[in-house]
Amino acid sequence: MNFDFSDDQKQLRDQARKFLAEKCPPKAVRTVLDGKEPYDRELWKGLAEMGFLGVAIPEAYGGAGAGHLELCVISEEMGRALAPVPFSSTVYLAAEAILLAGSEAQKQKWLPAIAAGEAIGTLALFEGKGNPSPQGVKLSAVGGSLNGVKKPVPDGAIADFAIVAARTGPGERETDIGLFLVDLKAGGVEAKTLTNLDPSRGQAELTFKNCKAEPLGAAKQDWAILTQVLDRAAVLMAFEQVGGADRALEMGRDYALDRIAFGRPIGSFQAVKHLLADMYVSATLARSNCYYGAWALSTNASELPEAAAAARISATQAFQHCAKNNIQVHGGMGFTWEFDCHMYYRRANATALGLGSLSYWEDQLIDRMRKKNAA
Amino acid sequence: MNFDDTAQEAAFRTEAKAWIAANAPKQYEEELRKSSLGRSGLKGANILEVAKAWQKKKADAGWACLHWPKEYGGRGASPIERVIWQQEEGAFGKLSGLFIIGHGMCGPTMMAYAGEDQKRHYLPPLASGEKVWCQLFSEPAGGSDVAGLRTRAEKHGENWIINGQKIWTSGAHYSDHGILLTRTDPNVPKHKGLTMFFLDMKSPGVEVRPIKQASGQSDFNEVYFTDVKIPDSQRLGEVNDGWNVSLTTLMNERMSIGAGVSTGVPELFEFCSQLMLEDGLAIEDRGVRSRLAHWAVKASGLKYTSMRAISALSKGERPGPENSIGKLVAGSMVQDVAMYALDLQGAAGVLSGPEDAEATGKFQAMLLRAPGTRVEGGTDEIMRNIIAERVLGLPGDIRVDKDVPFNKIPTRGRA
Repeated sequence: MNFDFSDDQKQLRDQARKFLAEKCPPKAVRTVLDGKEPYDRELWKGLAEMGFLGVAIPEAYGGAGAGHLELCVISEEMGRALAPVPFSSTVYLAAEAILLAGSEAQKQKWLPAIAAGEAIGTLALFEGKGNPSPQGVKLSAVGGSLNGVKKPVPDGAIADFAIVAARTGPGERETDIGLFLVDLKAGGVEAKTLTNLDPSRGQAELTFKNCKAEPLGAAKQDWAILTQVLDRAAVLMAFEQVGGADRALEMGRDYALDRIAFGRPIGSFQAVKHLLADMYVSATLARSNCYYGAWALSTNASELPEAAAAARISATQAFQHCAKNNIQVHGGMGFTWEFDCHMYYRRANATALGLGSLSYWEDQLIDRMRKKNAA
Repeated sequence: MNFDDTAQEAAFRTEAKAWIAANAPKQYEEELRKSSLGRSGLKGANILEVAKAWQKKKADAGWACLHWPKEYGGRGASPIERVIWQQEEGAFGKLSGLFIIGHGMCGPTMMAYAGEDQKRHYLPPLASGEKVWCQLFSEPAGGSDVAGLRTRAEKHGENWIINGQKIWTSGAHYSDHGILLTRTDPNVPKHKGLTMFFLDMKSPGVEVRPIKQASGQSDFNEVYFTDVKIPDSQRLGEVNDGWNVSLTTLMNERMSIGAGVSTGVPELFEFCSQLMLEDGLAIEDRGVRSRLAHWAVKASGLKYTSMRAISALSKGERPGPENSIGKLVAGSMVQDVAMYALDLQGAAGVLSGPEDAEATGKFQAMLLRAPGTRVEGGTDEIMRNIIAERVLGLPGDIRVDKDVPFNKIPTRGRA
């Protein structure tokens, strides 16, 4: 049994950590957080040069052709550094959707551009409140023309293209929904930046008015593909969340060792030690669930739906838990804008919602476990 | 990343599987598989006899205490082979519960500190289950703070005379031998005046009294020592170095990787899949699903944490510290799971008899046994201290009694 990343993959993780420590210090995150830039362009360029954007894209489409385990270790580091770039929307959602269901022409056009850092992509799924479901999609697709409003769309204001879920039939069936690929720079779409919990990653409203769209893939793709895209993105996002959780735990641990109160380091008080021990427990459970998700993703295992849901739930809980208790360990200073704690708290709570909230994934997990038990 | 055996591991697994298929007491398999926390006996059979017979059979064929050297009754197997054996032994492994203390703690301590003749004499029958061992550490005044123990050992010629009381001794009532931690010098700080021995539990002056637990069952005992004589040749380690000897024992307690912890999650999932509520199956209820999912990911997190440790073993590496979370997570989870299963039963949840209770009362039994799991082998609080100190590197607790002679330490709080 070798339920671990290989030495090469671990080396890649170290390389990514070193790169991000240099190119993406908290100061760089704050530039975007403070609204001075919509995203960190220099970092994005650097990620492309390192080959990180196309790590799981086949060489035939301009990528590194490594694989999803390699992408997982990079995702973890992106989460640890709170990288203020459209990585998850471009790589986990748009690229995965195209890889999974795109036509040859779409792959040729968009994947090399993603790998080179020349195209930012996203998934336009949500229309206001609610979790992923065919019923929630109202935006209409008639005769290759889209009409409707999507929000929130991650990185929607800076994206060059979007995979759009649109209504092609009247009902609640999976086949009543179609997936379209839209060049957002070609007109027919208006983008508006929305204020959100975590300004280090943008959210937008996209309004489609008689917008020309091509179907994703040669055959008509429906909700079933979207479910697969979300599962794959859930595993990758879970690695980001685990990276963030680990960093928040470290920050809390370091502060507890340095901060003196009542004449001793606060990390010597059991109340604080136990808070941190519990953070370690949730981060460890999440990491182990994520490894299982990584295995399922990289081998296209039939266990992927269940593994993805478990990784998503566990990592969401761990990041939220570690981020909120990191502030608690820091006390008053943790509640200042100056300390970095709130950036992790914001990211933890924003990533908890982006692919569907906890209750959605809990529901998915139970359905999938039942299916497996019945089989 | 994969879950595959190496060629060598696969060969070992095949051999183990075949032997188990041909030799295991299959008539008990179903019952053992279904047993859950608080429900560990066998109906119509004495579990001690069944367990001893299975252990003896394994020992005769070279499948007992796999990781022990052959000359002491083991197989000289690698850590990963031991894990593979446990996986293949499956439900029959539950029969080893009676030997866990002896095999996991007493044996390794004897191996580290007993004389060669003693090892060859005592270890093989311990491995084969013919002799059962217990561990006599905890006392009424020394649980988490085990170094606060008061049982005295005084040297008289070539013998030591023991007087005092131990508590929470698992299986003392059917044990043949035990390892015993005593105080030999009360005039020095508590950790520096302890000495370890092993003894025959049938020695004159040893009296075992079962404790009736809060659950109503009796798995543990109090053991009283009145002028019990132990020859100096049965001392383990140096005089007053017993604390270091006990660390060997306790280290082994926490190294038991792959030994499945009871989470109650599979039982709850099965129960919710069958239970009808007013408006349908429990598992179709949104609230139920949320709770189930919450626990299911903890259980899978534990499972894959253990897989990570096994992978380290497979590569010949020492597992990381992540395995230390197992007992802490499972202990409180099984308690919460049991309470929730009863909540779903409504008023009838109060019934605990196998005939009248839902699911034959397994969740009621689980509920009543669960508080013990959060205390035994290190309380939740001690486990959190261990994680905080050894994994996260936080400072140890301030120990006000560290440099105080043992006999000057206060013995009660409010006067």
